[in-house]
Amino acid sequence: MDALQLRRQLIEYTAELFSEGFLDEQFTQLQQLQDENNPDFVVEVVSLFFQDSERLLNELAKSLSQQEIDFKKMDAHVHQLKGSSSSVGAHRVQRSCISFRDFCNAKNVEGCLECLQKMKHEYSLVKDKLETFFDLEQQLSTTGGSPPPP
Amino acid sequence: MIIQFGSVEMHLNCTLRGPDGRSCSGSRMNRGKEMVRRMGMGQRKRKAVYLLFLFVVSGMIMGLFAGFSFKKVFMVENTDPCKPCEESAHLWVEHLNVSKIELHALASFFSESKQAASIQCTKETGPEEALVNGFACFLKVEFSKFPNIVNQYTILKEVASWKDQCPARNSSILWTDSSLFSVDEETLDFSALSLQSAFNQHFQQESSEMNPQGSQPNYFCWTLSSCLVLECRWVVVGIAASFIVLAISWMSPRGQGLKAISLVLLQHWQQNHLRNSTRSAGNWQRKLLVAFVLSGKLTSGWLLWHLNEKANLRREETLANMCDERASMLQDQFNVSMNHVHALAILVSTFHHGKHPSAIDQKTFGEYTERTAFDRPLTSGVAYAVKVPHSAREEFEKHHGWRIKKMETEDQSLVKDNIPEKLDPAPVQDEYAPVVFAQETVSHIISVDMMSGKEDRENILRARASGKAVLTSPFKLLKSNHLGVVLTFSVYDVDLSPDSTPEQRIEATVGYLGASYDVPSLVEKLLHQLAGKQMISVNVYDTTNGSEPITMYGTGVIDTGLVHISNLDFGDPLRKHEMHCRFKQKPPFPWTPVSASFAVLVITLLVGHIFHAAINRIAKVEEDCHAMMELKIRAEAADVAKSQFLATVSHEIRTPMNGVLGMLQMLMDTELDPNQQDYAKTAHDSGNNLIWLINQVLDQAKIESGRLELEKVPFDLCSVLDNVLSLFSGRSNEKQAESGIKTKEIEMAVYVSDKVPQVVTGDPGRFQQIVTNLMGNAIKFTNDKGHVFVTVHLADEVQNRTNVKDPVLRHSLNMVEDTSDATSNTLSGFRVVDRWKSWEKFEKLNDTSEPESVWVLVTVEDTGVGIPLSAQNRIFTPFMQVDSSTSRTYGGTGIGLSISKCLVDLMHGEIGFVSECGIGSTFSFAVPFGKYQMHPEDSKRQSYEPNVVEFKGIKALVIDRRSTRAEVTRCHLQRLGVLVDVVPSLQSAKTYISPSCGSREFCSYAMVLIDKDDWERECFLGLVSLFLNNGDDSRIKVSFRPKVFLLATTIDNHELPELKSIGFIDNVLIKPLRLSVLASCFQEALGHGQKKFADRKKVSNPGTLLKEKRILVVDDNLINRRVAEGALKKYGAIVTCVGSGKDALRLLHPPHDFDACFMDLRMPEMDGFEATRRVRQLEEEINSKIKSGEASAETFGNVVLWHVPMLAMTADVIQATNEECLKCGMDGYVSKPFEEQQLYSAVAQFFDATGKGSNPQFAVLWNVADIVLLLPRDLTRFGGLVILRLNKKFGGWWGEGIHMGRTSCVMNKQAGES
Repeated sequence: MDALQLRRQLIEYTAELFSEGFLDEQFTQLQQLQDENNPDFVVEVVSLFFQDSERLLNELAKSLSQQEIDFKKMDAHVHQLKGSSSSVGAHRVQRSCISFRDFCNAKNVEGCLECLQKMKHEYSLVKDKLETFFDLEQQLSTTGGSPPPP
Repeated sequence: MIIQFGSVEMHLNCTLRGPDGRSCSGSRMNRGKEMVRRMGMGQRKRKAVYLLFLFVVSGMIMGLFAGFSFKKVFMVENTDPCKPCEESAHLWVEHLNVSKIELHALASFFSESKQAASIQCTKETGPEEALVNGFACFLKVEFSKFPNIVNQYTILKEVASWKDQCPARNSSILWTDSSLFSVDEETLDFSALSLQSAFNQHFQQESSEMNPQGSQPNYFCWTLSSCLVLECRWVVVGIAASFIVLAISWMSPRGQGLKAISLVLLQHWQQNHLRNSTRSAGNWQRKLLVAFVLSGKLTSGWLLWHLNEKANLRREETLANMCDERASMLQDQFNVSMNHVHALAILVSTFHHGKHPSAIDQKTFGEYTERTAFDRPLTSGVAYAVKVPHSAREEFEKHHGWRIKKMETEDQSLVKDNIPEKLDPAPVQDEYAPVVFAQETVSHIISVDMMSGKEDRENILRARASGKAVLTSPFKLLKSNHLGVVLTFSVYDVDLSPDSTPEQRIEATVGYLGASYDVPSLVEKLLHQLAGKQMISVNVYDTTNGSEPITMYGTGVIDTGLVHISNLDFGDPLRKHEMHCRFKQKPPFPWTPVSASFAVLVITLLVGHIFHAAINRIAKVEEDCHAMMELKIRAEAADVAKSQFLATVSHEIRTPMNGVLGMLQMLMDTELDPNQQDYAKTAHDSGNNLIWLINQVLDQAKIESGRLELEKVPFDLCSVLDNVLSLFSGRSNEKQAESGIKTKEIEMAVYVSDKVPQVVTGDPGRFQQIVTNLMGNAIKFTNDKGHVFVTVHLADEVQNRTNVKDPVLRHSLNMVEDTSDATSNTLSGFRVVDRWKSWEKFEKLNDTSEPESVWVLVTVEDTGVGIPLSAQNRIFTPFMQVDSSTSRTYGGTGIGLSISKCLVDLMHGEIGFVSECGIGSTFSFAVPFGKYQMHPEDSKRQSYEPNVVEFKGIKALVIDRRSTRAEVTRCHLQRLGVLVDVVPSLQSAKTYISPSCGSREFCSYAMVLIDKDDWERECFLGLVSLFLNNGDDSRIKVSFRPKVFLLATTIDNHELPELKSIGFIDNVLIKPLRLSVLASCFQEALGHGQKKFADRKKVSNPGTLLKEKRILVVDDNLINRRVAEGALKKYGAIVTCVGSGKDALRLLHPPHDFDACFMDLRMPEMDGFEATRRVRQLEEEINSKIKSGEASAETFGNVVLWHVPMLAMTADVIQATNEECLKCGMDGYVSKPFEEQQLYSAVAQFFDATGKGSNPQFAVLWNVADIVLLLPRDLTRFGGLVILRLNKKFGGWWGEGIHMGRTSCVMNKQAGES
């Protein structure tokens, strides 16, 4: 697969990610922050996001499975997740965080559970997408093509 | 009397039956009602209700039968008292005596025991009256305790009073004996009973005597009719009950009763259906129905049989009663007669044979018998024959002077009125019985030997042997030719004992007394006395010879079915007589049973039919329901398929389209010649259009499937409208460029009433979509010239036509009222439709029930082609356009309005329009938005409009002859904080600012805006000269004059430089007016020669501000930290990151190593607020130490006032934790993630562009001239006015604002320096 084709594919893929709402402007900004001094900035931040999110999601699941649910703690977790996701521009995760917080404030356990499922789902989706995206970028850089403008 | 009796009995019937039957059925009916009322109360109850209904119907019928059977019992009871009647019937002759006797007996007893009762009545005059009345009174007292016999009491009273008036029967003698009777209490009942029976009997007889023609039939008829009436009543009650139940069900709230029932049943069965038992339930219902109908039929048959049987029984009983009555009467009368004959025999024995010589001769006998004939009304005559032995014949004949004669013939029936002398002498026999005495009527038989007749001979022989009365068989009587019998008594010369032998009797016989009875006249007479003689025919037979009965009375037999035979005993044991009674008529057709059973049958069938219909209907509805369900499932499947198809297809289209667009974008980025560039651009735009269209279709689908959810975020209405405007101004420009031939001179404007809150909560995207759709349409259908005018008002503003404050609304109102001036006041001068009509039909507009919401009314007015009346009703239908030519002429899909309507509906708003062909259309929609409590210094808004504040307080003059347009301009300027005066023309402007008015006002006009329409050069020159002349004012610097702006919709490329070259026009504002355009234009013009604006434009990148700055980022979230670090580093800052408030606190200790600190708010352990408070506290301490000299400033880096800029990093920009941030000592906030513009404006407060400014408390402000101005700024943030000071620094005019409060010392210090 030559570089040009890869590049086109990457552009299409990125456009799709944006149009489907997986990513928002913030991701572009992240990409813009990446420069010679910081060549792996996006990957670094995003992998941080993955780690953090997984931890938080696990925490949330644990909290929800407990008898006495500590909504305050959950709220803090969700806040964290919301912050991280908005930082990387994982738009849909962020949105689900917002609804989760609403349920959390309302102390609606079922809503929380449902929302947690949704969050997990969104998270795994965006993770997949981003990984594919990075894969493509990786391929592109190995084939020597210049990355598309963010 | 009869009627009264009847009524009394009927009352009794009613009272007896009432509680049992009627109330019972009533309660059932109530239950029925209740059940119908409860119909809607849940599935489970419905089943019960249905069963209840059946139960009620069956119960009703059961009640009917119960009524009948009860009646039967009652009838039996009723007939009971008749039995003693029959038993005592033989007393009827003495009825008066008996009744009197008993009456007296009772009366005496009562008067003894209950004097109190009778005392009241003793005042009566006559003794009998006193007695009767006393008795009546007593009865009244006593019998009132026994309501059951009150009716009888009534009869008694009646009879007594009747008797009172009928003194013919003298009973006073008996009354004197009354005291002899002693009646104890035990006999009371019996006496009462016998009294009653006697009265009954008496009453019957008397009534028959009084009304011999028809009282008996009447009585019978009454009993019959009362039965009929009662039965009919039950039938009617049954029918009524069933109809009431039906009626209730018809009137039930569900509407049609049957439907309601079937609905209930349907629901019930649907439930069953869920349990898969529908069919069995239906079968069960049908079986039940069949059983019900069958039982109904059986019941009606049984009823028919039962009632018929009963009627027959009653008929028989009646016949038997009557027959027996007649028989006994006949017998009694005969016996009485016989006794008289007997007495006569004794008379003869006593006076003829007992005396010598005989005291009786023929003359005496004849006279006596003639005179006592009334005592023997039935005998036609009596005669006495003596026993003469043959030996004594000669002597006897000699003694009497005639010969014993023989009866003429053996056959007595042929005896004629003949002369005894002509008869032959009797032949020689052992003995003779010649008649010696005879009643005058039969004197012809004197001297005839009775022994010579065969019948008579037998009679005589039997009579003397038995000593009793002996009857002959019937034979024709001598004269009357009637059938008769002869009664013979033997006369003995001695008084024989009852047990003497026949021989003794024969021996003692001296003669025979015979009496002939005329049986037909006897019976006739008797029957005449009795009631009901017309109903029955009576035959009397002599049945001594069983095989050949001899008819004694009665005509030929007509067989009418029933025969009752009563035996007659006339005292002769050898002779047997019978009385046969028959009804004269055949039994009447049994109407009662037939009608009753027919009614039951009809009701059953009716009810059966109703249920059958219901069941059928249910079955049908069920089937339909199944069909519907299937259809529904299919439709749903189709819908799902459609949605999936749409989603898939749109996705499938969008994905490649993204590719296409991306590639085109890339293509355009490469080196292309202008032609290629143009092609690529066109392709790109087309692609965008396609995407837009797909999105629209998707929207429609989404809205229709209800999957579209509305956001609820605060947004700025004006900026949304500005967005729309810029969209269309761009497009229309393109259009102009494309068409080229003739430009569309459409004037677009947005007017927002100042009542409308700036920020509301709602869905800005969808709101924008609606406005865009409406505006797009408006522009599309507006040809060449005219305007599209968007106004936003509060719904409250249009509530009252008479009290409109908003100028634009007022203009529109005036325009409608004053048609002569119709064209002048609109935006472009073209006529428009009456916008007020477009929201006339809104219903929710007046709904102020929700105080939390703001009803915003948006109106889009155009001067387009308008919508024809015929198309107006389908304008909101998707894909509908006025006609097919529309899309050819104007393009479009016709989906926009439909989507708009859907969206408005989704927002719970309303949309409407008014349109006139050739004039234009006005679309209005009103939607509720949530109120947003806006902070006066909402920095978010400020960040959108960074320059607004800089125009605050400037005065501007707008010259426009169209007031509406002027208002629009004013509205936009006011948004910038500019104070606006409007004048209609240059002339008036001139006068407005003429010296006479004082130049002071004028001098403050920083700008003048003139519409291009009003542009008149000459006049304006004068105006300018005016400006210049007045420019000498001491307080205004020479170079200052108001900036002049021209407002134009379009402007030719060559026109602009021409205008500018004149020098008066500073700039041309191309409409539509937008905030950003206005601001930039003003900046350009007003900031002319002022470096700051130029600078600012260049340094708007935060990088210039942040370069080399040491910044501390505090955030617990690693990713955020990392991102913030990356971003800030990119701007050249030196970033230190810490993960908690405590760490930050450790680092933030004066002397500070950092130029600024970005602090996250929500952190575990110590949050941003707390950390900031601590830092500020620390700073405060040190500051006060320095101030007081406790610590030398040198120790703290030679800074007198420590205040490290701390900015909150928050994602919740709007939900203003802002205030709290400021409260705890922060200086502002930056949005998270960073937005370049906002970051810049936030940090610009602290760092100047040169990177040198180190005093964070100074803010850069704008100034006009070399004067000191007081401008309000950041009232909350800095807590006071900012003194603007002129400072010639870095080669430009700089104003530095100094905080009046805490940092006044700094200001003073700096002021001293300068």
